[in-house]
Amino acid sequence: MSRTRTIARRSFLIGSAAIAGGVAFGAYLVARPIPNPLLQGLAEGEAALTPFVRITDKGIILIVPRADVGQGIASLQAHLIAEELDIDPATATLDPGQPHAAYYNATVAADGLPFALYDDGRLARMARAGAKGVIKVMGMQITGGSSSTPDMHETLRRAGAVARETLKQAAAQRTGITRADLRTENAAVILPDGTTIAYVDLAGEAAAIDPVTDVTLRRPDQWRLLGQTMQRTDMVAKSTGAQVYGIDLRLPGMEFATVRRNPGIGGAVNGYDAGKAATMPGVIGIVPVTGGVGVIADNTWRAFRAAEAVQIDWAAPAYPATSDEMWRVLDAAHTDAHRNSRLRNDGDVDAALSQAAHPLSAEYRTPYLAHGALEPLSATVLYTADRLDIWTATQVPDVLRDRAAALAGLDPARVTLHLLHAGGSFGRRLDIDYVLPAVEIAMTRPGTPVQTTLSREEDMTHDFPRPMQLARCRGAVQDGRVAALSLDTIGPSVSESWFGRILFAPPGPDTLLVLGAYDQPYAIPDYRVTGYKAPSLVPVGSWRSPGACSNVFFHDTFLDELIHAAGADPLAERLRLIDHAPSRGVLEAVGEMCNWSGPALGDGRGRGIAYGFAHGVPVATVVDVTATDLGITIDAVWIAVDCGTVYDPVNAEAQVTGSTIWGLAHAMNCELTYEDHAPVQTNFDRFEGMRLHQTPGLSVRLLEQGPHVRGLGEPATATAAPALGNAIFAATGQRLREMPFSSSVTFA
Amino acid sequence: MQLLVNGTPHTVTVEDEMPLLWVLRDVLNITGPKYGCGIAQCGACTVHIDGAAVRSCQVAVGDVWGAVTTIEALAPDAALHPVQAAWIDHQVAQCGYCQSGQMMQAADLLARNPAPSDAEIDDAMAGNLCRCGTYPRIRAAIHAAAAALRKG
Ligand code: FES
Ligand code: FES
Repeated sequence: MSRTRTIARRSFLIGSAAIAGGVAFGAYLVARPIPNPLLQGLAEGEAALTPFVRITDKGIILIVPRADVGQGIASLQAHLIAEELDIDPATATLDPGQPHAAYYNATVAADGLPFALYDDGRLARMARAGAKGVIKVMGMQITGGSSSTPDMHETLRRAGAVARETLKQAAAQRTGITRADLRTENAAVILPDGTTIAYVDLAGEAAAIDPVTDVTLRRPDQWRLLGQTMQRTDMVAKSTGAQVYGIDLRLPGMEFATVRRNPGIGGAVNGYDAGKAATMPGVIGIVPVTGGVGVIADNTWRAFRAAEAVQIDWAAPAYPATSDEMWRVLDAAHTDAHRNSRLRNDGDVDAALSQAAHPLSAEYRTPYLAHGALEPLSATVLYTADRLDIWTATQVPDVLRDRAAALAGLDPARVTLHLLHAGGSFGRRLDIDYVLPAVEIAMTRPGTPVQTTLSREEDMTHDFPRPMQLARCRGAVQDGRVAALSLDTIGPSVSESWFGRILFAPPGPDTLLVLGAYDQPYAIPDYRVTGYKAPSLVPVGSWRSPGACSNVFFHDTFLDELIHAAGADPLAERLRLIDHAPSRGVLEAVGEMCNWSGPALGDGRGRGIAYGFAHGVPVATVVDVTATDLGITIDAVWIAVDCGTVYDPVNAEAQVTGSTIWGLAHAMNCELTYEDHAPVQTNFDRFEGMRLHQTPGLSVRLLEQGPHVRGLGEPATATAAPALGNAIFAATGQRLREMPFSSSVTFA
Repeated sequence: MQLLVNGTPHTVTVEDEMPLLWVLRDVLNITGPKYGCGIAQCGACTVHIDGAAVRSCQVAVGDVWGAVTTIEALAPDAALHPVQAAWIDHQVAQCGYCQSGQMMQAADLLARNPAPSDAEIDDAMAGNLCRCGTYPRIRAAIHAAAAALRKG
């Protein structure tokens, strides 16, 4: 079947699920079990007891298919399996495996539906079940949207339990002792007399029997690893320089390459002159790649230098040249013709605003932002006539495998991915654009492994950034209370841009455009959120807490303005308006943690609070600042989150503090502005973020009252900026409505 | 030219102006020092020359004035340096990519100042960027490593 027809069929399935709740297509396909990919290629005496556990005579291999980009998910996946399997995860080999339908991610599709994640009503539940079915049929394997833990926690614990019981069954058959009389500990089955049989010695027999699938998962009070202080499995390698990232891979005979592509993304190459570059030391070859030029040399630095020396004539891309022009496009998109969704429409906002004595209005802006992971993007590729090997880090391995195969003219089965830990991602590795030119380059050097690394400047110029976004808010207060809130959010569509690059643009309302605004559990009497989809500009991508990273800033800051106008207390009024118990819980917790007594602290100091609901997690953040002679200092931060169940408390705390620092850092001083179709900021001298001396003390409380297990990689990003802005307002009286805040105030 | 790296002498034949970082990484295959920015803004490439922390992306290989130590040899005999032990204990790393540079910088600080204050840590570490935001744990781990070093 041709690629177009496959895509058309896939988009039909997604559409059907989103519209009809998944009833439109075959239940048979959804219910059909997915084969275990590990069963292929097993050696004699090896067992693949589930798609996640493989036992050989040398040891235990755990398949951890969600990509580790620094959030610690490799370690957590291993611990989830190990809890039931009764092994020490530090003794197992962790392998991301090959992309396969068995590792599909259902949660990420269900989360994208136009239902707030606190909505557990019948329609929302039906639609989610439908979306999960579609994804299962499609087998899409993706790491993103803080979905790994919610999606995998039961699957992995169950995989561990199935493997354990199957090993016990094998021991039962060998010894004649019933399975119920056997126990397991430390990677061995233990007989009633204390004799132990190591799992590795049972692999051959376990492989010969049907897996035991009627297992009961252990209760939290029976856990010996989960929920307690645990050591991430990657800490030693990452503290000794031993961790191998993409750019560290070294293979015999390897060559080093880089690319320069049109800084105007999508623009063509009119022509280039490589005459001078070709004669530079160490240069092996200069080859055309899609949208640019690849330079192969005997080391990366020589490749970088030669790439700079290539004279290239670029054609202009399809989008406007400057940020100013782009803002005008957003401004012009605030019309009915561009209206895309109104997923929140409570009461009668128009009537409330027209009757209000003193309606408030305000406009907010957030800029384009680069992902700027510290490890520049790279991929190492070995191409031969009938095989492609790729070493890289990716969040979309099946998409990568299929696209690389198509590019090389090979069957996807001829592609082997060697998936590595990433030196950061923040959503950047949901795209595969940095791998495809590496494949093109390697295809010019058959039989030679070639590592293609982007320079920092190329990495930032060729990011798919978080989009610029504009919000226009109106509201009213009455009798000391917030009475009405209308939020119009206007921006280019990440869904359309990213899905368009990766698979296909999905139909239906663009929930990502309004995420973090329409799905906030406030019971404001007259309350409306409308999304306006601007024409596409610079191609954009998912950036830590997509949608919510802008919309929670707009929503919460405007709410803070209304609360101030009402003369109410920022914490008390948020609590009064919230109609969701776990959300009340995080607000009460953060109030208690900081000993809340209002926003005014005196002596140039101020306190700001923000609340947001992102990725199914309610988050409340309080920030204290001081306006000093040298500028604003951030003095202290408190964060309370509720993720339902905390599996790894130490890493959970790291994710909450890390995402808070991420949110604060970019709010403080980061933006991409465009001139000549390309970002002006291409390195960390102009995209600084936060440094250690600016980092306040952060206190985190992890609550477990929510009904669903959720992930913590992103949610706390969303509330950091509004809490900081609200604090600066409390300290200085200056309301910050545009990020980065450094365009209005100085930070010390 | 001659280069002493982690106690091993090497002869390399490259342009004098090639940054030490790339000689280490791509010529000698010592990949602990990382490339992050190439312009002295991130500190991921930090190594020691004669015991002092330097940005190896900014040192031309022809100018190297002494013995080079990278994260791979921060602790002699494959043991853990107290800084590394504290980093593991505090589970500092997230993606980990900046951490070789952070630890080399911290080790240099503690060699000069066995009991740094928060302000002294802030000063010493200001050039080391962490995009993952591990700063609070870096600070805590430096204090812990300092205490461990003082105890001997
Ligand atoms: S790579 Fe040397 S300071 Fe960033
Ligand atoms: S741990 Fe990722 S950049 Fe520091």
